[in-house]
Amino acid sequence: MSVVKSVTCPVCGCLCDDIELTVENGEIVKVKKGCSMSESKFLSYKSEHRIRTPLIRKDGQLVPASYDEAIRKAAEILANANYPLLYGWSSTSCEAQRVGIELAEEIGGVVDNTSVVCHGPSLLSIQEVGIPTCTLGQIRHRADLIIYWGCDPWSAHPRHVERYTAFTEGRFESSEWMDYVQRFKAAAGKKKIQSAIRIKSPKYKPPPVCEIPGAPLPAIAKGGRKMIVIDARKTMTATIADYFIRVEPNKDYEVMQALRALIRDQELDVDKVGGVPVEYLEELADAMINCEFGVIFFGLGLTMSAGKMRNIEVAISLIRDLNMRTKFVIMPMRGHFNVAGANIVLTWQSGYPFAVDYSQGYPRYNPGETSVPDILLRKDSDAALVVASDPVATFPKAAVEHLVKNPLIVIDPHMNATATMGDVVFPSAFVGIEAEGTAYRMDRVPLPLKKVVDPPEGILTDEEILKRILEEVRIIKSQEKEVA
Amino acid sequence: MAQQKLHVTLLTGRTIEQGVGKERGKSSEEYFEAVSVCFMDAQDMKKLGIKSGTNVQVTTPYGSVVVKAVKYARAPTSGLIYIPYGPWANSVCSNKTSSIGMPSFKGTPAEVEPAPDKPVLSMEQLLKNQFGK
Repeated sequence: MSVVKSVTCPVCGCLCDDIELTVENGEIVKVKKGCSMSESKFLSYKSEHRIRTPLIRKDGQLVPASYDEAIRKAAEILANANYPLLYGWSSTSCEAQRVGIELAEEIGGVVDNTSVVCHGPSLLSIQEVGIPTCTLGQIRHRADLIIYWGCDPWSAHPRHVERYTAFTEGRFESSEWMDYVQRFKAAAGKKKIQSAIRIKSPKYKPPPVCEIPGAPLPAIAKGGRKMIVIDARKTMTATIADYFIRVEPNKDYEVMQALRALIRDQELDVDKVGGVPVEYLEELADAMINCEFGVIFFGLGLTMSAGKMRNIEVAISLIRDLNMRTKFVIMPMRGHFNVAGANIVLTWQSGYPFAVDYSQGYPRYNPGETSVPDILLRKDSDAALVVASDPVATFPKAAVEHLVKNPLIVIDPHMNATATMGDVVFPSAFVGIEAEGTAYRMDRVPLPLKKVVDPPEGILTDEEILKRILEEVRIIKSQEKEVA
Repeated sequence: MAQQKLHVTLLTGRTIEQGVGKERGKSSEEYFEAVSVCFMDAQDMKKLGIKSGTNVQVTTPYGSVVVKAVKYARAPTSGLIYIPYGPWANSVCSNKTSSIGMPSFKGTPAEVEPAPDKPVLSMEQLLKNQFGK
């Protein structure tokens, strides 16, 4: 039995690098310090849902094949396609992404990563107005106002609050941890008392709970590090925040513009903006101006709802306004562990972060035209390679219909929805568990991923599979040239 | 008298159960349990005359899907329903990308009606019905 320390967790964009794994007889048996998603990943890498051998579809059924056979088949599909798509990339290493881009250039395909249905709009806005940001370490040590807008880290980045923001002990900002623990205990105790009363006297009705506390807002006026959540529904993160503002769905743009006006000392002649009373927005604007170092983390609540990239643009403009009064930064909450890496690798190779089209022989970038969902909705592509991603489970139905109609190659450790629809399916090693690599955290800090255990016998890594497909494609192309 | 139909706004997104389920494996029981549900407001459920665990049919201009209704306990969210990301949510989500590649996964207008007799399809069946593979 051995304990491997400081393992980087390959699940979400937090890339927590303090995980401790206990390895026994070449298997991970215990996970320490990880969140529930981390534990689930580190323990289920050996589960029954793994793909054990390469598969090729014959007569409508996926049948086992050898790597050589499957690589030959995949290379033929890609070499003969007119407009192939290479999609995914966010759950694999930068090294594999680099090979993938080389392959895209070789076959004249479109290479796109999952940020197109995630923070693609954020990238577009950043290209328009720039982004004042910093690393998570700075936030941990210095931020005294933390705002989560349209994101729910409790559910999607479980250790974000604990490691980088409100619950951490920073060098210059202390944690309010005990305060939260006590508040949790008090809330649980109150619930118990109420349920006891309900059982004893069924007619008793608990007093109604007020959604937004009346002014002056006690939580927002308190000293120390503050955490504010702004969302369309009361999320798990909202329940642990000092202050929660509920915005009507698709109304974030209006609320942010109202905040910008308030920060410039303009008066609003309405009572409510996006369902939020103006006096609460005034309180929020005061808290923003009066903090020493504030940060807005935003999620898909902004990028996916009405306005999309315009929401992010106005959020960044809000930060710009705030920086005239105090210090403020903004950061997107990146989902998959290496989606930031996918953008970075593609940018250094082609100049663009996502939706890059190599069909003309040089990189072209025009999201809306060269982005994979749009290509699928227009029914333009004629083959696809999906790596470390599950578009069948994440794209709208109409887009998936065209994806599965054409030859589909899938590289993934697990049998996911896309793999079940695939024509050639490659099992691969888990990056960060069975293979080394590099990944970029949500604040664009690169971290090494460790190899903790060996992959199942004969299973290759994403990088090796892609390299072999690329070699095979080059062989096929040179043979075609000779014949011509 | 319970209403037949309710007009709501559909949001989709992450839940911790969905996160754990996807890491366990997309074909796992945990994943199915986590994403083939629809979180609803208690008052809205009362209006439809349903309880937690009753199947409901969610219909949008883009499709229709049967999922299991679950009461959203944390706060009143009248007029909102929430389906975690997954094939069930995608069956009813908007495919309008506003010319930037991003489909509108949040804020789609939808109708909910009780469907106690219709089953929630397994992922295999759902994909087979939709794509024939």
